[in-house]
Amino acid sequence: MAATESAFEYAIEVEHLVTHYGARKILDDINFSVRQGEIMVIMGGSGSGKSTLLRHLLGLHRPTSGSIRLLGHDITQLSADQMYDLRKNMGVAFQGGALFNSMTVGENVELPLREHTRLDDNTIRIMSRMKLEVVNLAGFEDLMPAELSGGMIKRAALARAIVMDPRLLFFDEPSAGLDPVVSAELDELILTLRDAMNMTIVVVTHELESAFKIADRITVLDQGRILMSDTAAAVRASDHPRIRALLDRTPRSDAVDADAYLERLTREIFRA
Amino acid sequence: MRDRVEISTRKAGEYDWLGLSGDVDMHAAPQVRKALLDALQGKNGLLVDLAGVSYMDSSGVACLVEAFQTARRQGSRFALVAVAPPVLAVLRLARLDKVFTLYATVDEALAGGR
Repeated sequence: MAATESAFEYAIEVEHLVTHYGARKILDDINFSVRQGEIMVIMGGSGSGKSTLLRHLLGLHRPTSGSIRLLGHDITQLSADQMYDLRKNMGVAFQGGALFNSMTVGENVELPLREHTRLDDNTIRIMSRMKLEVVNLAGFEDLMPAELSGGMIKRAALARAIVMDPRLLFFDEPSAGLDPVVSAELDELILTLRDAMNMTIVVVTHELESAFKIADRITVLDQGRILMSDTAAAVRASDHPRIRALLDRTPRSDAVDADAYLERLTREIFRA
Repeated sequence: MRDRVEISTRKAGEYDWLGLSGDVDMHAAPQVRKALLDALQGKNGLLVDLAGVSYMDSSGVACLVEAFQTARRQGSRFALVAVAPPVLAVLRLARLDKVFTLYATVDEALAGGR
């Protein structure tokens, strides 16, 4: 799988992605791409579809239609074994951390190495402790997740996400629920990882300050559609009313499609 | 699949010298670890020459850390030579550039040991 890694410009290419939850269309003709070594921020309000897009990029959901190419492989066409191999090149830091509560912080961080490699036990321990150093959690490897603060959980999850030196890193809401100082530290860390490891990084966030600080480019989602996918400067200068509403934090007042709304509420009741 | 690593050894002055070239990744790390620990058996001090290393991931760095600590415990010298910028970036990520002793050339390393 590694042989073709440098042969393409884009680490991620999404084309005409459409997905539904039940009858409801959540993502509608999504097209965007992320260059190798680039930080792409996916931004949007609650319900914009950004978390659903992330879950599709991770291969956790199959789309209704469209393609998702990661490191040159269309993951909508991969077998379970092929997806398993590709995931060795992907790291994910979930919003809530998703640490295993019955395992220590160190065991959580070591887990991908024990699952995917046959490295010596000493090498695994040193690698995981190095990554805890990187996220400023040195010496915390023997604590249980329940003993960590919110910011520490996010950093431990990040350490686990990068322990395999992934080519692709996905980070869901790194700043949510954190104080501004811890949030700024995580932003710096994301930039450092991009520069030191040449990682391609996708960050999903609704935190504007964080988005503009770290993004090479920003994709703005709204109601399942992409409003814009461009440089941070271009997004900041946009005069699109929905983007301005997001940036200026104005409450939305959507026009309501009465037919669609009533259909959703009464679908099983008034069958034709 | 990346090219496997090449490992060579010789004497450099009073020290043992171990040269690595190619990509030091998770496939190569077990072989590199064994070579480093074997080279420390002589307890002459070890210069690890990374001039030929084009890529090193965290597993390779972890092997260097274990070897360095082994050398310290036996009271032997351990230094890295000709660390290329991509490898240095990986070391810097965990601030290990401030932990290892680094030299640009073998001659500098030999002079630095006197």
